[in-house]
Amino acid sequence: MRARLNRHANTALKLRAKTKPQERKCRTMTRRTLLASFIFSPVASVFSGRGAFGHIASPGGGPRAGYFPNVVLWTHENKTVQFYDDLIRGKIVLINFMYATCKGLCPRQTANLMQVQKTLGDRIGRDIFMYSLTLKPEQDTLEVLREYATGHGVKPGWLFLTGKPGDIEKLRRKLGFVNSDPVRDGDKSKHIGVILYGNEALDRWAACPALTDASEIARYVLWMQAKD
Amino acid sequence: MIQPFLKVAGRKYRFRLLDVGPSRFYEFFLSSGQPFALIANDGNLLPAPLTVPSVRLGVANRMDVIIDFSKYKLGDKLFLENRLVQEDGTGPTGELRNPGTQILRFDVDRDAPDHSQVPSTLRPLPDIDLSQVVRTRRWVFGDDNGGWTINGKFFNVNEVRAAAKQGTAEIGVLKNDGGGRSHPIHIHFEEFQILSRNGQPPPPHEVSRKDVVILGPDDEVRVFFRFRDFLGRYPMHCHNIVHEDHSMMLRWDVVP
Repeated sequence: MRARLNRHANTALKLRAKTKPQERKCRTMTRRTLLASFIFSPVASVFSGRGAFGHIASPGGGPRAGYFPNVVLWTHENKTVQFYDDLIRGKIVLINFMYATCKGLCPRQTANLMQVQKTLGDRIGRDIFMYSLTLKPEQDTLEVLREYATGHGVKPGWLFLTGKPGDIEKLRRKLGFVNSDPVRDGDKSKHIGVILYGNEALDRWAACPALTDASEIARYVLWMQAKD
Repeated sequence: MIQPFLKVAGRKYRFRLLDVGPSRFYEFFLSSGQPFALIANDGNLLPAPLTVPSVRLGVANRMDVIIDFSKYKLGDKLFLENRLVQEDGTGPTGELRNPGTQILRFDVDRDAPDHSQVPSTLRPLPDIDLSQVVRTRRWVFGDDNGGWTINGKFFNVNEVRAAAKQGTAEIGVLKNDGGGRSHPIHIHFEEFQILSRNGQPPPPHEVSRKDVVILGPDDEVRVFFRFRDFLGRYPMHCHNIVHEDHSMMLRWDVVP
């Protein structure tokens, strides 16, 4: 497993080594431009060769591409996205679960993640992305999430996401936000307060409590980068 | 290795049993029913050997045992087996199941002279001088929204949770908050001695210098800890690696 991971890491290393910084920047911009057209254009779905709920592994994706549900989600910025293709493929990401009316963990968690966003600065939204998925999609509509994000001063690059309850539940399970004790797992007020972070291209993933010191979370996230 | 075995002569051997985890507790027996001579706990010799039917280990515990194979015939095979039942990461159920899981097979395949002896006394323990104690600190091991905490907080490498003065001693009260989980607590720096376990004197095998102590659900263990040789930064953490990673650990310092 480790050997395989290293091999992919090395491949990424070689690719990066061959690309000059300026070219790298251009390529990133091109990819983002393309990504935007995929999101907004129905033709793009056909063009990219994927169905609504499946996907074909494409350049930039990691070795575990097929693992992640490619479900449709809605962002607090009122965009429709697909989880794998649009949110995590080829990216460094931070993922947590929350709900707007949570009075226990979530306010502290969101406040701490605000500090993480501040610490990582303009990397957030450029090559590192933050995603907060609601545990209560029935009540957390786009409007509710938009109000929540605005109220907390969330900046671009950090999306609050809702979707169909079955899809959210599928993501929650696939991403490991599950308590092994079914009674505790059923109590949303005791939900898993972990932040999952990783680099999808390298299939390098880790997690820590979302209340970990924000500067430490930022440091851990940067460990996910390919080493130059 | 799948189904490991060790060819042994009909003589005494010393083994160090180490639980490397990540989350499982073990209680080792010999399938033949022969007891162990337990001589060391967490790498520290006991005052005298103990004859025990089994040895229980939490993650990172070490137990040194002598097994005497001289009573077996050539061709005999016996197993080191784990009889402690553990169904998930929370800890052992407490049930012992016999026969247990076979861990290692011993094949007695030759004779050998054996002039070794297990001494009747090993190494006396250092005195516990309670007049050196300058304070008592209480540490509660619990959980919070799927992570694991000490006194309600997650690990922060930059936060000094306790600053102990070099040349003094303290009492640490290690308390499992009763969330149904077992925690093998590991304290770096110097070995401690257990003063009491749930208000009672420690069992004979825990009368030892130690650096990992098992806290079962609701357990409370009081330890005597000295700060002598070095200044610096040290961690205390649960050695269930999953708990440690999420983030049942703290930093404490030894200061001048």
